[in-house]
Amino acid sequence: MKKIISNLLTGIVYVFLFAPIVVLLVFSFNESKSLSVFSEPSLYWYKELLKDRNTLEALRNTLVLASSATIISTIIGTAAAWGIVRVKSKVYKATFNTVTDIPLTNPDIITGISLMLMFVFVGSFFGARNSLNFWTMLIAHVTFCLPYVILQVLPKLRQMDKALPEAAMDLGCTPLRAFLKVEFPEMLPGMITGAIMAFTLSLDDFVISYFTSGTGFQTLPIRIYSMTKKTVTPKMYALATIIFFITLALLLISNMIDAKSDEEEHKKKKKIFGGKTHEKN
Amino acid sequence: MMRLFKGRNHASNTVLAPYSIWAFLFIIVPMVCIAYFAFTDNNFQFTTENISRFFTTVSNIRNEDGSITEIHTYLVILCRSLKLAIISTVVCLFIGYPLAYRIARANTKFQKTMMTLIMIPMWMNFLIRTYAWMTILQDAGILNNIFTKFGMSSVRIIGTEGAVILGMVYDYLPYMVLPIYSIMVKMDYSLIEAAHDLGCSSLSVLKRIIFPLSLPGVLSGITMVLIPSISTFYISQKLGNGKIFLIGDAIEGQYVANNLHFAAAMAFVLMVILLVVMALVKYFTNRYVYGGAE
Repeated sequence: MKKIISNLLTGIVYVFLFAPIVVLLVFSFNESKSLSVFSEPSLYWYKELLKDRNTLEALRNTLVLASSATIISTIIGTAAAWGIVRVKSKVYKATFNTVTDIPLTNPDIITGISLMLMFVFVGSFFGARNSLNFWTMLIAHVTFCLPYVILQVLPKLRQMDKALPEAAMDLGCTPLRAFLKVEFPEMLPGMITGAIMAFTLSLDDFVISYFTSGTGFQTLPIRIYSMTKKTVTPKMYALATIIFFITLALLLISNMIDAKSDEEEHKKKKKIFGGKTHEKN
Repeated sequence: MMRLFKGRNHASNTVLAPYSIWAFLFIIVPMVCIAYFAFTDNNFQFTTENISRFFTTVSNIRNEDGSITEIHTYLVILCRSLKLAIISTVVCLFIGYPLAYRIARANTKFQKTMMTLIMIPMWMNFLIRTYAWMTILQDAGILNNIFTKFGMSSVRIIGTEGAVILGMVYDYLPYMVLPIYSIMVKMDYSLIEAAHDLGCSSLSVLKRIIFPLSLPGVLSGITMVLIPSISTFYISQKLGNGKIFLIGDAIEGQYVANNLHFAAAMAFVLMVILLVVMALVKYFTNRYVYGGAE
């Protein structure tokens, strides 16, 4: 009896979590314009979406922005993680951790406002009337993506035996070759999951983009925001459905990579330690 | 390039430089900018005008019986934000805690599926999810259509505080479940069995063993829900129908009106409040989780 009730309650929570998603998916195929009365299934709004120039441009902008932010944050973030594990100074490490935490713990509205104020302030020096554009948005996106990349790469480096690159060099590897053969493969899974996280976060971000975007450059979430200010048609749902499945596919890939690297890690340890798993840290 | 890999200690500084510069320019300086804008006027002269405007602005509201009451506009908004955020956090805790426990006790394969299902809604753009809730709860929305079909009278939900709380709980529930689950899944269940064997009732097992052990997860869940719900503005616009005005709405409104200094002042006040909240959470974590050590 107790079990039935607990299952029932769990079920209710899941229904609550999926109600709007189901509504969205279903109504994106609605024939009529209504978002609350379903008339007939059709692909009409998907076709309409393909005709909507502004939305397609926003999609293109979003992809350009997310890819650039991902590449920059992955490079800077990985370098930072590689560097910080080698730093000995405790003060430096503590500062690094605190500062990296700021974008994670600050609410988006504060991060967005703070960056916007800085851009406006710097812009006012150059007499710019509108200092927000693609570049300010790119800076903002890289800034909030960086901590996620760092936090994905760091544990991979910490798990690695620090003697391994030295061993490689003792055995005749050049330092560069030791890096490429030993450290880089260790970091790669972290870099990939970090990059995918950065990409999805950038793709999905609204609040920070809202405060740091100029009038000329519109991303999808901002386009969606301005669409929901007026009457919304199932076109927006069609758009959401497409983005949803793209993001989902990316996440499944990242999960698979993660699971695979864990498995390999496990196998490797088994080989080295003869079945006994050896936990570091 | 080769030198970079030869002198390794030296290299770590070179490699860290881009991030250090980036973090200084785009994390630290912007934070300082909030304080700077909050305490200056349009000509960047020092003033406390913005902050005092936040605490002293009053407005009149008409009561139902026609009488008029004077209220502190922004303080009322701030208190409302805090109230709704705290209620949402408590609701999230009451739903999320048992759910996390339930998932953590399930078998491994089922656990993975259930956790993935919790995460999936998070990957739908939150503006659209919130909007979808609006179409469900509207006066002529999906829920009321179902109600009238079954001969019940329709209910007004949009524009109430309840609707805003629902939106917050919906959007941030996964943030509560995730940290609690990740602690519970590592918990040593033999402790619970031992307590039962030694005659503990289920309630005292929860009180004495499960809850204290899961406390770090609970505390991080609380911060992860509380912070975004204090500062949200889209949920209150759509589900509150513009009637439930929160501090996030106030900041956004001043930004749109280009009153950047006042927007900064409000952001500054919010930041100070959140710092206090975080400090309190940290204090409780140290005191109850690590037993005063550290």
